[in-house]
Amino acid sequence: MSTPYAKLPAWADYGLIPVINLAVAFVVAGFVVMLVGENPFRAAVILVEGAFGKGQGIAFTLFYATTFIFSGLSVAVAAHCGLFNIGGEGQGYIAGLGIGIVCLAFDSVLPWWLTFPIAIIAAAAMGALWALIPAYLQAKRGSHIVITTIMFNFIAASVMVYALVGFLKPPSSMAPQTRTFLDGAQLPKLNWVIELFGAKIRSAPLNISFLLALVMAFLVWLLIWRTRLGYEMRTYGHSPKAARYAGISETRIIIIAMMISGALAGMMALNPTMGDQHNVALDFVSGAGFVGIAVALMGRLHPVGIVLAAILFGMLYQGGAELAFEMPAISRDMIVIIQGLVILFAGALEHMFRPYVQALFASISPRSVGIEAAKGKGA
Amino acid sequence: MDLFNAFIQILDSTIRLSVPLLLACLAGLYSERAGIFDIGLEGKMLVGAFAGAAAASVFHSALLGLGMAILISVAFAMIHGFASITHRGNQIVSGVAINFIAAGSTIMLGQHWFQQGGRTPALAPGERFGAITWPGADALRDVPILGPIYAELISGHSILVYIAFLMVPFTWWVLFRTRFGLRLRAVGENPAAVDTAGISVAWLRYRALICTGVLTGIAGAYLSMVQNGGFVKDMTAGKGYIALAALIFAKWKPVNAMFACLLFGFLDALSIRLQGTPLPVIGKVPVQFMQALPYVLTVILLAGFIGKAIPPRAGGVPYVKER
Repeated sequence: MSTPYAKLPAWADYGLIPVINLAVAFVVAGFVVMLVGENPFRAAVILVEGAFGKGQGIAFTLFYATTFIFSGLSVAVAAHCGLFNIGGEGQGYIAGLGIGIVCLAFDSVLPWWLTFPIAIIAAAAMGALWALIPAYLQAKRGSHIVITTIMFNFIAASVMVYALVGFLKPPSSMAPQTRTFLDGAQLPKLNWVIELFGAKIRSAPLNISFLLALVMAFLVWLLIWRTRLGYEMRTYGHSPKAARYAGISETRIIIIAMMISGALAGMMALNPTMGDQHNVALDFVSGAGFVGIAVALMGRLHPVGIVLAAILFGMLYQGGAELAFEMPAISRDMIVIIQGLVILFAGALEHMFRPYVQALFASISPRSVGIEAAKGKGA
Repeated sequence: MDLFNAFIQILDSTIRLSVPLLLACLAGLYSERAGIFDIGLEGKMLVGAFAGAAAASVFHSALLGLGMAILISVAFAMIHGFASITHRGNQIVSGVAINFIAAGSTIMLGQHWFQQGGRTPALAPGERFGAITWPGADALRDVPILGPIYAELISGHSILVYIAFLMVPFTWWVLFRTRFGLRLRAVGENPAAVDTAGISVAWLRYRALICTGVLTGIAGAYLSMVQNGGFVKDMTAGKGYIALAALIFAKWKPVNAMFACLLFGFLDALSIRLQGTPLPVIGKVPVQFMQALPYVLTVILLAGFIGKAIPPRAGGVPYVKER
């Protein structure tokens, strides 16, 4: 789909506009803070200090960011192929089933470094499988992927309740969650990395899946911009007609893109289950799949941007917890509002300030927005 | 006779459970027929529910509550319109944003104003919409078969229930028998043609979204002021999405929408009723299966195995006047 807006220099497109959008989102959030009778500037200071002030805070920020990197990458891969995967929540949740089975089976016999790869495969496979049916229906029967993935979120929730209550929880227990995993399914912490820099950490759940997230970000970059498959996906996302004309199989590309997206969404389940809680519990994803939408939009669908945006949202989660503690009028739901505002201003209203920025650029340097070229004097 | 009474009771709760779905579904019908996808039904219902209960308990008036529910819900619909019509943003992204903002702000403001953990105070009888008993309902109750049907199913609901069901023929009339409806459907199929005829696409779509906001507002008010007697956080609990599913199930037609919502309401009522009771022939059905059934049915329908659901052609595409 061609955009009805003229060009901007790349740094403005990928740097300035997101920053403006983000700033507006935070200004509006500031008004909400004022509405409940608190000082927004003090709130911002508490938020940032809570997230980065101490080693403990940094470790928690990166722990939250880990999950969001996975879910952001998941949304981005599908988006490059022109598909809106809103089902990351369900794909991540159902991956918990795979992780639960693998961990319960192997945690007493294998060391963590053998359980982990099996669990990664299980999580990715379950996530991919959960994305496969909507993908197939989109490709073959033309049913809208947004609606089917939403439906699959709800179906996943039902399946997981059934599985947890039915056979994953120990028979003696009432709580709908698995037993605590043994050492063989507990991921090692990464807190010592932050302690190398001299910070003190009491206990924080930052674990090795953070590294897996970074590796995946690199692999996604490789896939999208350095492989033939990624090129085909971007072609299809840009113009399905052109892709068809170039002989790219529509069915194949939709299904592959969605399965990769689902696999990435599935992997986000590793962090809270094996890395933190050491069990699979009811509703352990708790909205992280939807945060991925905000993260991917914020990061402009680029892995580097996504990692940065994920850290930003990790900061919101961690700092938001501190904020709720320091300012009783502000609960953790403030984060949900900020998320919504970021999605609104960085996503749906991303073009709102573009004409103004363009006019500004055009008055400073006409060449940077391609006005000269359009008149036929330039290239 | 026991079986009959149980059946009447299930049908009665079917009606009660399908009303919010029906209102939200018709709300979605207006916007999707005008070419605006609306994932944000859920969020608009939620703010409607909150605003309704909050205003009703502060001003001690059910009508003021309903008015406020509609007002706030329309305001959120206008945000959706501003993003997706005026600024040609992605309609799904905008809807997701609205759901987030609604979920967060209702709890935040509720806690700030009422200090009850995100709830609003319990509504007194005058602050909610009570049941309307139809003439002779009590006298006829003992008449076999017809008596319970009249007394339980037809009589004894709140005014919003009757409004919801009256909205079905009304919506049909608006969409298929008025000039506004013709244009609204046209703008969802081929906005360029409407534009050529000299009618503003943007204004028409905004008006469709106002209809959406009004109906989601009533749906929200029903949840917090009839069904529950107060706002509880996240009380929509996915009903907006079920309404969306029902809309597809109904193939974007008002009368079908009513039947789809009654079906989904019936499944819900049945799953509550059957909790733990084994069925003849099939045996014990897991509750989760019944809860997932509306979604599964919708997916099957979308897959084209029960007829084909064809959405309005211009749905989800922002209209650009000139390139």
